[in-house]
Amino acid sequence: MAILVDKNSRVVVQGITGHEGTFHTTAMLEFGTNVVAGVTPGKGGLTVDAGGTKVPVFNTVAEAAVETGCDTSCIFVPPLFAADAACEAADAGIDVIVNITEGIPVLDALRQYNYVVEQCDARMVGPNCPGVVTAGQCKVGIMPARIFKPGPVGLISRSGTLTYEVVNALSEEGIGQTTCIGIGGDPVIGSKFIDLLVDFEMDAETECVVVIGEIGGSDEEEAAEYVKQMSKPVVGFISGRTAPPGKRMGHAGAIVSGGKGTAESKVKAFNEAGILLADITMEIPGLVKKALGK
Amino acid sequence: MKIHEYQARELFKAHDIPVNHGEVAYTPAEAKAIAAKIGKMTVVKAQVHVGGRGKAGGVKLAKTPDEAFEKAEAIIGMDIKGLTVDRVLVVDAVDIKEEYYLGFTVNRDDNKLVLILSAAGGVDIEEVAATTPEKIMTVNIDPMTGLQDYQIRQAIYGSGVDTTKARALGSFIKKLYNCCIAVDAELAEINPLVITAQGDVIAIDAKINIDDSALVRQKDLAEWREIGADLDQYEKLAKEEGLTYVHLPGGNIGVCGNGAGLVMTTMDVVKKAGGSPNNFLDFGGSATKEGVMKGLNAILRDPDVQGIFINVFGGITRTDVVAAGIVEAYDELPRQVPIVIRLTGTREEIAREILDNCNKPLVFAGSMWEGAQKIVELVNAGAANA
Repeated sequence: MAILVDKNSRVVVQGITGHEGTFHTTAMLEFGTNVVAGVTPGKGGLTVDAGGTKVPVFNTVAEAAVETGCDTSCIFVPPLFAADAACEAADAGIDVIVNITEGIPVLDALRQYNYVVEQCDARMVGPNCPGVVTAGQCKVGIMPARIFKPGPVGLISRSGTLTYEVVNALSEEGIGQTTCIGIGGDPVIGSKFIDLLVDFEMDAETECVVVIGEIGGSDEEEAAEYVKQMSKPVVGFISGRTAPPGKRMGHAGAIVSGGKGTAESKVKAFNEAGILLADITMEIPGLVKKALGK
Repeated sequence: MKIHEYQARELFKAHDIPVNHGEVAYTPAEAKAIAAKIGKMTVVKAQVHVGGRGKAGGVKLAKTPDEAFEKAEAIIGMDIKGLTVDRVLVVDAVDIKEEYYLGFTVNRDDNKLVLILSAAGGVDIEEVAATTPEKIMTVNIDPMTGLQDYQIRQAIYGSGVDTTKARALGSFIKKLYNCCIAVDAELAEINPLVITAQGDVIAIDAKINIDDSALVRQKDLAEWREIGADLDQYEKLAKEEGLTYVHLPGGNIGVCGNGAGLVMTTMDVVKKAGGSPNNFLDFGGSATKEGVMKGLNAILRDPDVQGIFINVFGGITRTDVVAAGIVEAYDELPRQVPIVIRLTGTREEIAREILDNCNKPLVFAGSMWEGAQKIVELVNAGAANA
């Protein structure tokens, strides 16, 4: 079970011949991820030696899909080409696309989202994210492998390193995870908190979900609305409560999001939804234990 | 990236978007010459990267070229919300019949571009949104198909604007959309868009924010970047060095780490431990020796900093590289203050070894909470001894 990826996922790495691509392909294989193919245009026919495993390289995702049956993509492609790479993966029928790349222009990110998610009905995580890990089964992205431990908690976070921090704290307390997702810090992303909360609510193995939000946007408020109707307990944390007022969004952006985005607004929404709110990250394991009735 | 009104007007002109006549002036004499060339009443407008210029006295009417000189003299050098005005835009004064608001931006709730049109222009649009949201029409645009003519009609007929001008307004909206896409704008705003007494539709204001991530393909526009005058001296220096740094004046503990979420949380935790964070500094996902060194130097510029807490959780970051960087930087730092380092992640054992054997006053911490308590303790002890 778990969500998005598991031991049966067949992963293609786009940008596999680059430094980051090769480095993290090796790390993913070490985790036990089934990396079956790589894509780098112009390098089809080569193989990449990733820590002793030979991974075949194709020119296009479509070829890789036909030859290897890959169904999950992990993207390490420079920012101006990464949205195109995600669209290529969706077009080739890839089900789950994890876009690691940081710095994709927002107009590209909008096209990417609308093609990949709305038109092709694929699942996308990112961009500008650390990826997805299903503990003990599959890692797609750049998260450090050693911190995960299989168990009943699902985790969704906007921040990369903060995700590691919390997962590590949970594991050290003996609390394992089903799937952990870093959704990315960009304004336009493939999966929001609410999308993944729906998945976790449906997942038989997940008993509790941890949501780590931060200032900006209104995804946390939207997620809180959904939490009200969930059967599973949710533990939450909002980062940036003591930060000074951040970079202000432009006028028009403020109109669209209706004045949401402050830490106060998010904390209020979490409290109203009955989410168990941690003031600082180290309180999270205790709250999860409480939620699990331990 | 914010650009000035006169620069946004240049982009408008390049996309055939009608604006009133005008030019930028850096001196009162230049302002006078522009006003003389325009040959009628003008408006002298401060060019700074903040809103609310009018309320702050940065926008003045001038009946004659001599008056334009005087007004420019008063405005140049003026302080608006902490920014010093160094140039003005001199434009012809338009006889306004109607004032509207027009904007395009990213609707991050729906992952679409959004067109915003309102007949209530010339005032604070956030206020309009809060008090009379029915006066604002928004239309989401699918980036795959782009702005469609029917969507322009939806906006025009739904916003209360003068529909006898539908054709001219529609053409204007389409041109602004094309401009947005061409220049990678994440926000384009005209407030007010006016219908003149003569019946022309023109922009007498222009605001565009360019997407920072797109500057690599907008090289001409990247040249307009000005290191924010809205930053204080420490932030300005840090920004010039390419650092992500926010100053919290008055605090005495420097805070840095990798990843915005982690550093923000580290500040929260330092505060929880009874300390007062002096700054936010993110090394980014992949901290390097050079990056850490630059970061520590930037933090220490503020003499209030009496200790630093470095919090690195390595994912993509190699913690041994960070540790080596800190050891290397320590002797070269302008001041030697206590530094607590919390390092965990890839190659953590090597990092720990490097720090344990470095013979420098660098304190290792196993967790964020432990590190926060240690730095608060060290800084308080230092203050007690002083």
